[in-house]
Amino acid sequence: MSSAMANSTYFHPPDLPPTALHFIDAAIASFHKLPGSAIALRYIRSSYQDDPVRSLVELFLFIFAVRYLLAPAYSTKRSKNVPLTEDEIDELVEDWTPEPLTSEETAFERVENEKRPVIVGPAGPKAKLAGSGRTVTNLGNYNHYNFAANPELIGKGISTVRTYGVGPCSPPGFYGTQDVHMKSEADIAAHIGMPACIIYAQSFSTISSMLPAFSKRGDVIVADKAVNFPIRKGLQISRSQVRWYEHNNMADLERVLQRVVKEGQGKPLTRRFIVTEGLFECVGDMVDLPKVVELKLKYKFRLILDETWSYGILGRTGRGATEQQNVDPMQVDMIVGGLAGALASGGGFCASTNEVVEHQRLSAAAYTYSAALPALLATTASETVALLQEQPQLIQTLRENTKAMRAQLDPRSEWIRCTSAPENPVLILVLKDQHIEDRKLSIADQEALLQDAVEEALANGVLVTRLKSPPMAVGTSAKEAQREWRPRPGIKVCVTTGLSRKETEAAGKVVRHAITSMMKGRKWQKGTLVAATPSAAAAA
Amino acid sequence: MPIRTLNPFATAAPTPSPIPEILSEKDSIHIETREVVAPKKGFRPRFNIPFVASTPKAPRVVEITTPQTRLEPPAIPAFRPPSPQIPTLSLPTINLTTATGEKSKMEENTKPLTLFQPPTPTEAKRIAKQHAAFGPLGSKQHLYTSQFSGTEFPEPIEDEPPYYYLITTYISYLVLIIFGHVRDFFGKRFKPENYKHLRARDGYAPLYSDFDNFYIRRLQLRINDCFRRPVTGVPGRFITLLDRTSDDFNLSFKLTGTTTETLNMSSYNYLGFAQADGECADAAEQCMRKYGISFCSSRADIGTSDLHLDVEKLVANFVGKEAATIHSMGFVTNASVFPALVGKGCLLISDQLNHASIRFGARISGSVIDMFKHNDMTDLERVLRERISQGQPRTHRPWRKILVAVEGLYSMEGTMCNLPGLVALKKKYKFALYVDEAHSIGALGPRGRGVCDYFGIDPHEIDILMGTFTKSFGANGGYICASKAIVDKIRVTNAGTIFGETPTPAVLTQIATSLKIIAGDTAPGQGEERLQRLAFNSRYLRLGLKRLGFIVYGHDDSPIIPLMLYHPAKIPAFSHEMLKRKISVVVVGYPATPLISSRVRLCVSAAHTKDDLDRLLAACDQAGDVLQLKFSSGIAGGAEPPIEDELAATKSANLQSCLEVGEQLTPPRWRLADIIKRGVQDVKQPLY
Repeated sequence: MSSAMANSTYFHPPDLPPTALHFIDAAIASFHKLPGSAIALRYIRSSYQDDPVRSLVELFLFIFAVRYLLAPAYSTKRSKNVPLTEDEIDELVEDWTPEPLTSEETAFERVENEKRPVIVGPAGPKAKLAGSGRTVTNLGNYNHYNFAANPELIGKGISTVRTYGVGPCSPPGFYGTQDVHMKSEADIAAHIGMPACIIYAQSFSTISSMLPAFSKRGDVIVADKAVNFPIRKGLQISRSQVRWYEHNNMADLERVLQRVVKEGQGKPLTRRFIVTEGLFECVGDMVDLPKVVELKLKYKFRLILDETWSYGILGRTGRGATEQQNVDPMQVDMIVGGLAGALASGGGFCASTNEVVEHQRLSAAAYTYSAALPALLATTASETVALLQEQPQLIQTLRENTKAMRAQLDPRSEWIRCTSAPENPVLILVLKDQHIEDRKLSIADQEALLQDAVEEALANGVLVTRLKSPPMAVGTSAKEAQREWRPRPGIKVCVTTGLSRKETEAAGKVVRHAITSMMKGRKWQKGTLVAATPSAAAAA
Repeated sequence: MPIRTLNPFATAAPTPSPIPEILSEKDSIHIETREVVAPKKGFRPRFNIPFVASTPKAPRVVEITTPQTRLEPPAIPAFRPPSPQIPTLSLPTINLTTATGEKSKMEENTKPLTLFQPPTPTEAKRIAKQHAAFGPLGSKQHLYTSQFSGTEFPEPIEDEPPYYYLITTYISYLVLIIFGHVRDFFGKRFKPENYKHLRARDGYAPLYSDFDNFYIRRLQLRINDCFRRPVTGVPGRFITLLDRTSDDFNLSFKLTGTTTETLNMSSYNYLGFAQADGECADAAEQCMRKYGISFCSSRADIGTSDLHLDVEKLVANFVGKEAATIHSMGFVTNASVFPALVGKGCLLISDQLNHASIRFGARISGSVIDMFKHNDMTDLERVLRERISQGQPRTHRPWRKILVAVEGLYSMEGTMCNLPGLVALKKKYKFALYVDEAHSIGALGPRGRGVCDYFGIDPHEIDILMGTFTKSFGANGGYICASKAIVDKIRVTNAGTIFGETPTPAVLTQIATSLKIIAGDTAPGQGEERLQRLAFNSRYLRLGLKRLGFIVYGHDDSPIIPLMLYHPAKIPAFSHEMLKRKISVVVVGYPATPLISSRVRLCVSAAHTKDDLDRLLAACDQAGDVLQLKFSSGIAGGAEPPIEDELAATKSANLQSCLEVGEQLTPPRWRLADIIKRGVQDVKQPLY
């Protein structure tokens, strides 16, 4: 710049307009006023007289330096792009035909859509079906304590609607935190025995938002192979390094932990988590919590326990796996649970220390960017948590019913076995390995067979559902699908205290017979290898 | 005498209001433009731009005359309440709105005798509660239809503050950051126990990094009292805050046990369906008695009831699509639908400012993601041309499909998507279009059916219309509307449907009833009135703010009005100024917005009355003077008032010509009284 200035003092082209001349004069005058300008000027002048080439080189260097400083740190141009003319682009745009937004429904999916049971009226233990109008025994939903139809709870829910309206119309951060939410948070925290708790608006979204709030790129998560779908999505979105261990295999967990610790030696310390479930959604069995806690303490991992299916179920007062297995909840770093199942409310929660909870309020996407839970559901959650504590006999009755149901199924049926823990009121029934091998049943076959069994049971007045397998991502190749862990096809039987022991047993018998008649029927003597679902591709 | 004693929520409002009489919801509105405290001499900067706007004015008191257009009997002025909040049954003006379902009262009131009879206390209490959730319509003049007219959809003009403000904003952040580091430096040495969660301890890495936590610890903590204020009751026209204090500089809060009823400019209660009485709440109660609390299941299991099918049918009809599927949470609707639509080999092009849920879903889907500049159709076309011609990265194979995801109405900007432009591009480039109508459904369009309705575009032109029930419908959850084939496929491939809990009976009924009201099937006329009130209120407030001299973002008909604050210190200051005047507003700063453009987001509702908005304008006027927020240049509208005589003649010409005048614009700095006087007529013309 100074060189340019020096130049301008020496060239006064006569054809410049007077205003420009005036401007140049003013510029020179103000330049002279700058402290040190005389020195600079003398320097430039002498260097110009002695060596004009040097001045030019300096000017060039100066311009280069400015350009270099202003240039971006790395090239942002996509160098791999094929250079194309506008006409060629137009042609390519013309040529391009996209696939339809969604592919055609498969036959199996169509059946699923058509046969999906629709309930008219309340979804109680006896539910009325649309279409046929029949009333059937409902063993399909998680209404284990029949809280959904509890008149007292309904009364409280209504009075909440009459005070708060239905929706909170705001995310919790912006005037959406109502006093009822704060109360439910405190109630749940007190019930579990943790200092703090945060309520999300949906159970399904809780853990998939909560995981990425803590685990970031570079962190390590060790997870059970059979964890449920939302955990998988949470792991995916966290971009952390994920290590799997064999389902409920503590020796394998230890092996993986050891390896992670060994690999981490000499590197900066990263956050390390173990993620597992209290009662597994896809398998039904229970975690060995004391052992996991022992390992986590030994190898310095943090434990995230998903109690979506065990909160309100396990333990004397429904506190979950910690109460069932006599583990201090504070030994578990974060307990995630759901309120939408047995508690007949809605939403999910994460109980932990204050610091962990407050961090989620700012960085868990599904909490920050979503509307709060409707007030009436928050009240219901508070009330059901209180009910479980006041009436532990509810849980006892449920256990007895579960036992009665199990007795009808697992040892009695020669075709199936129940993979659920004895305390789990969700009985997951899978076909015995021997029969699968004998008949060469692919995964798709098993799903279709069990679907037939579900329909058979429904025809006999008992509503149960099939364990749904997680959807495959669009564009997953068969090879990738094979690598992914898939739950075993099964039937889900949900026990409820809304039915008496006799009714439960009768319903269990119907389910057993339905499976037997399918296995004995002609249709399923041999498996077909028709690829009907994406999971069929996985099996093939 | 009036509302305080009658309002059930305002049992005790202990904070002695430091506000002048005018804002205390009593009496007719007196507006006093207060003298502005001149900045200290030492503070006066060398630049001379900034303080021009706030030259001290002589205090003047303005008596606002209530518009003559009000429908009311001419006699008995003694009984006319200055504000409709006062629940005097004897007034026909209260009954003008059908929203409160007070038809029978209207007949009663036609008898002249009852006009003088004060209502019974219980009745008055009930009505006061109703009006706290949904204000009565003041005048038939206060209605407008939200509809796009014209051919080219204009980009909203974004005004820029003088450079002085931008520079000082950066300096403010710099000062805050330096202070934060100094405090950390000493804190870590003298009070290490306060920092132990940021350090590795006995083999555990800290849960969050010191660096990431710095912003929260040192900047956000200072203003934490403006966020997550606990509330109670209906988030309707008014919202009741639970008062709280903090002894440890916002680290924790204690509830004082008292409450404050504030004007609610914060909830997304666009159509005012957040009500604890009226058709929706009645229906919700009935439904809960019949169906219980929850279905305790996911849709794919046995969480499908006749209620769900009804609501899906209603939603599909309302939106104008073949089929719909519903979820219990709006966030999950977005987060789970993208993986069911796109994946490997697909391209997802997303607007730069799309909501977090779209980004969440996009990341899970595994497709390639590209972005275009907010609402910039030229940039979108550039991205499309480049991506289509180049194909997939590395392999250069053609894309399997391209999905462009935009929002109908952007919740932080108040801008609408340029739907005509998108549809034109879609025809040329054959991409699939996904419009997230979370904020626009119910809030835009002459029939409340979202952006398609607003622009008069056939919904079939758009592949997928997503929306939420949280905002306009006062419920919870979200929906996806598309052709039957797509919806059927999504039902079996969308994780949210398979595993997510199903919406509960009360929520479904709220959705169904509010949809029917908007469509006019239930309580005919009420839905239309709500829509028109919202449209009027949005434009009225926006015009008023522009005329006061604030910089506001977004399109004219948008019920979201972001008012720019810029400086970080003004975020809490504005929030406190409003709270002092019993108005609750949402303030947002970094990281929800770019660092420089902190703002306050005002959400207008149909439940607000014109008087509420006048009260807000008066409060903004005062706060704007105190906080030096009036720095619009006038390019975005709100021109100076013409001379009284030629008022009618030049009014429209002036407003229209504002843009062309360009350089000679005088920054609008209207007096509040003029704004209120002229607002109702001017609102129905283009605002810029």
